[in-house]
Formats: sequence, structure tokens, C-alpha cells
Amino acid sequence: MSVATDRRTDLKYRVGLNLRAVVGRSYPRIVGANREPSWIFFEAFLPLLGIAAYVFIYQFFGLQATAAILGNPGNPPMCGDHVCASVAEQNQYLAAVNANTNALIASVVLGGTMVAFWLNVLWSMASQLYWEKEIGNLQLYMMAPMNRMALLGGMAVGGMVMTSMRAVSTLVAGIFVFGVIFQVANPLLLLAVFFATLIALYGLGMMFASLYLLWGREAWNLSALMEEPIFFSSGFYFPLGGLFRIPGWGPAVAIAGSFIPASIGLDALRQLTLGSTAFGGSLWIFNVTTELEILVGMAVLFLILARYCLAYLETLAKREGKLTSRHQ
Amino acid sequence: MSYAVETRDLTRVFSGKKKRWWRRKPTPDEEESLGPVTALDGVSLQIREGELFGLLGPNGAGKTTLIKILATLLLPTSGQALVAGHDVTKDPFPIRQRINMVSGGETSGYGLLTARENIWMFSQFYGVPSKVSKARIDELMHIFGLWDKRDAKVRMLSTGQRQKMNMIRGFVTGPDILFLDEPTLGLDVNAARVIREYVMNWVRGQAGKTVLLTSHYMAEADQMCDRIAIIDKGRILACDTPANLKRMIRTETTFQLEVDTIRDTTSFMSLQGVKNFSHKDDISKNRSHLTFILEDEGPVAEILSSITSQGAKVHSLQKSEPTLEDVFISMVGRGLD
Repeated sequence: MSVATDRRTDLKYRVGLNLRAVVGRSYPRIVGANREPSWIFFEAFLPLLGIAAYVFIYQFFGLQATAAILGNPGNPPMCGDHVCASVAEQNQYLAAVNANTNALIASVVLGGTMVAFWLNVLWSMASQLYWEKEIGNLQLYMMAPMNRMALLGGMAVGGMVMTSMRAVSTLVAGIFVFGVIFQVANPLLLLAVFFATLIALYGLGMMFASLYLLWGREAWNLSALMEEPIFFSSGFYFPLGGLFRIPGWGPAVAIAGSFIPASIGLDALRQLTLGSTAFGGSLWIFNVTTELEILVGMAVLFLILARYCLAYLETLAKREGKLTSRHQ
Repeated sequence: MSYAVETRDLTRVFSGKKKRWWRRKPTPDEEESLGPVTALDGVSLQIREGELFGLLGPNGAGKTTLIKILATLLLPTSGQALVAGHDVTKDPFPIRQRINMVSGGETSGYGLLTARENIWMFSQFYGVPSKVSKARIDELMHIFGLWDKRDAKVRMLSTGQRQKMNMIRGFVTGPDILFLDEPTLGLDVNAARVIREYVMNWVRGQAGKTVLLTSHYMAEADQMCDRIAIIDKGRILACDTPANLKRMIRTETTFQLEVDTIRDTTSFMSLQGVKNFSHKDDISKNRSHLTFILEDEGPVAEILSSITSQGAKVHSLQKSEPTLEDVFISMVGRGLD
């Protein structure tokens, strides 16, 4: 070929190419999605209503317990299963109820922030390549020299940034509207757990995206199928350790849910923001350090699996003509 | 001789829909349509560097399949395809650095981004530095007459504007080989002219640039292409310059007739001396346009008699110099429409 066709292939060029690709692919998510003012309603306000339902239920339980402790003319003040022996004991029980109510509501608020990321992983990561094929982008992506992981990486980075806005709005509303109190003793560890959770979660999304590449509308159905059950089995609105205490099916569901990084991540985040003694320290799965190690392991595993799945399924899709079926 | 594109006995078979127990049993007709389809059947082509090469064929002839294989989006079933000297199956990376593709009627990109942002985004997948990319985009937007729409969201663009944006996307990455799959499909005359002129200047104005163009418009291919291959049912029927292709049927005679709409056209092919013919109905005017490729002028009387015997009136009869469309009809046995 002529001089005009000489192209660089060195490592520096490839790193630059793939970094540009990540930035390019994340751009529409970061900039484009926030161009529509309606996102505030759909991404910030509506999800708040979802968590508000749980908050009100937990607040009601708290009020019921408080009323029992305070007692009334017909009923003596109860401290657990016995009548309060002294005002000091009564105050101790009232403090415990307040702390547990705050911990439950905080768990819901933290779960609400994680729901945003989980929905983003399901709908904007996992099934995204299917939609890209439908609108004709996929073939243009696959024809470009960038690494396919840069494409997925761009989708993930864009998704994380975009979803962080919803997550932050949920968190702020939790603090100011629902009066949740967080006690962060180790902010660095909190950040480490948060980012390890996100990387593991989006790594899982990247792996799903690869698997969904060959599927058509089934991808949409699978995402729909995984949405609500994961809310439950991963403990998005309650401490997951509570499931382990349900005899029979509880532990099985909790273990299944724990394969989603959000479960372990949420457990660690709750311990770091509420204190490991919250809920009497009996509703946590592992200690924070162990959970961080599991999250890092999951992140590495899912990213590696995503890389190999995508390479294999891309070849398969090229063989079966499924990368470009829309225009065939 | 260095080839920008070379294929050797390239074959692509699409396997049919797999039988599943939950699908109802197909009827015999459905069974046939669900079976394997040979989209390319032993295609051997050489496209020289610096050439504007055309690929003409009816729908389903295999044009898009060939382009998708060359663009590393589809694997061949057998045979070999080399682009810029690299095998599309074994070594796609250096090919992807050098190519780009634009298809007619493409709806790629994101509606919430502006035209400029969309093109920039795609340029990033080729590692074009932002500054260079933005300068190229601005220059190309001026050339394609899209500058006024640079900050318009993609979803607000008309079909023509969108296609111009796609063309800019194709050029902005500085490819050496560009695949254009019916790039002027559905465009108005002006938009199509701008695109045609730019593509011709792009290939001829600089060394080492190659275009593989598929088109439904014969005149477009005739005007633009250095060489043309005619493809039908996955096979290359002829490959030469437009002038040489037309010369191939110069010994034959082409007649064009405009008649009242006729129903029975099957009898024409059985007339002695008729090599091929095509017909196109103009329902609004209640007319049929017939093109006959004849060995000589002998069968004209019989053709006229066949038409009038159906009660149709002949409005015009014209003997014409062979066009690319005549070549196509002569080889494929029907027109593109």
C-alpha cells in the first residue's frame, strides 16, 4: 500500500485510541441525557416516591414501638416483653427504637441510590448492544479500530456519571426530607467500597452486554425479569442479613442475591455509614474488609469474563450475521 | 499492482432459521424461504488503489453482504477477502484503521446530540485527536452545506441533512478505503449532487484513496465509477469500465416504448430475436415503459403487434444508444426497480 495508508500500531497509540473511545462513548450519556429537563422528574422525583413508601412504613413501625414504650392510661409502658422498670430503662428503649428506625430508613435511602445504578446496569448496559443494533450504531462501533472493552467502558463510565446524579439526589432527599443521620467514621474506606461496588456492578453489566449481543428482544425480557427479584433478593430496601435469619428459603435467596455485587456493596456501605453496631450488629453478612475483598474479586472476575465473552460472541455474531442483521 | 480490495472465490451462505420445537411446522413454501441463502457465490474481484469502483445489482444480489465482509462485520463462509493487503478474518485491526462505511438511509447516532457532537463521537473511536476532528468536521460541514445545522440535534435533521452528516462521519476519520452503500438513496437532486461531487474529488484529488460504491442509480454509477461490476444472485456477471460494458452490447439494439398499461408481458421473451426486456408501470398515467434488448431490428414489428393485440396503444417508440441500464438488463434479465 502507499504511504498514505501507513498507520500507527504502537502501544502509546493504542492506549490513546482506547481512551478517546471511552470518552467518546461516555459523552452521549453524560451530556445527552441531561439535555432534557424532564430527567429531573423521571430520574430524581419518581424514584423518591418509590423509596418514600418504605420510609413511611418503617416510620410507622417506629411510631408504634415508641407508643408501646411510652404507654398510655390503659396500657403500661412496655420495654420489650416486660413493663419498663424505670424511666432510665424506658429512655434506653426509646433511644434504641429511634436508632433502629433511623438505620432502617437510612438502609432504604442507601438502597435507593443503589437501585439507580442497578437499573442503569440492566437497561443501559446489559441490553444496550441490542438497542445499538436496532438503531444502526452497533455495526459502526464494531467496524471501528477501538478495543471492544473501550466501547463497554465508555458505556459504563457514562452510565455511572449519569446515574450518580440520581443517586445523589436520592441521598440528599434522604438526609433533608426524611431526616436520616449518617455517621461516617472512615470516609476513605467508604469511597473504596463504593467504587469497588460500582466497578463490580458495571463489570457484571459489561458481561451481560456481551451475552445479550446475540439475543434479540429476549434481552429486554431478561432485564425485566431480573429487575424486581433482585430488588428483593439483594436487600435493596432492608439489610440483607435479615433474609439469612428467615428459616427455610431465606438463606438460599440471600445467597443467590449476593452474586449481584450491589448486595455485598450495600451491606458494607450500610456498616460504614450506620456503624457496625446498628441493628444490634446482627444483620450484617461479613465485616467490611472481607466484603471489600469480595467486591474487588468480583470486579476483576466480571471484567475478565466480559472481555472473553465479548470476543467470543462477537466472532459468533459475525459468523451468524447478527451484528448487522438490521440492514441485511 | 497493489489492490485496495481483493476477493478470491468469496462465498457467504446465511443459514436458515433453526427449527425449534415450539415453532409451528412451516408450510412447504415457508420451508423454502427459511432455508439457507447463498448471498455470495464465489466472488473474485480486484479493486485497485485510487479507484472509484461501482457495484451494481438488484436487491438481494449480495452487494451489502460483500461490503459487510470487507468492513470486517461479517465472516465469509469460504474464500478470502483482503482489504489494504490484510485478511478480513485474520487481521481486522489494520483494516479497521483504514476504512469507513456509509450506508444510505442510515439512522445511526444519538438524537439528543447535535450533528457536530455525533460526528465527533464517532471520530473518537478511530483515535482522531479532538482538535483535528473538530477542524475537519467544520471544514466538511461547510463543504456539504451543513454548517447552519451544526448545533441542531440529530433528531431535528431532515433525511438529506442526516445523510450529509453520515457522509461527514465517513470522511472525518481520514479513511483510505471508503465503502458507500447506496449513499444517495432517497436524497433530493442537490444533496445527491453535492455528495457525488465530493466523493469524486476525494478519490481523484489525492493519492491512495479508494471508494467501493453500490448504487441503485445507473446514471450515478456511470458518471462516477472508473470500473463497475454487475452482481446478481451472489455472482459477478461482468466487471469493466462503463464504456467497455456498454460496448459489450453495442452489437445489440435497444428500443424503448411507451404504451398503455399492458398486463401480459410473458409473450415478449418467447419472440425470436428478443434477448432481454424490462418493463415499468406508471400507474398515475396508466402507461407502461418497455425496454427491449434485441439482436437486431427484426422483432420490432412482432413486438408492436403483440402490444396492439392486447388492445394497448403505442405512444412512443425510440431506438437508443446502449446505457448502463441496458447492459444491466441484458445481463440480469430485469431492471433495478
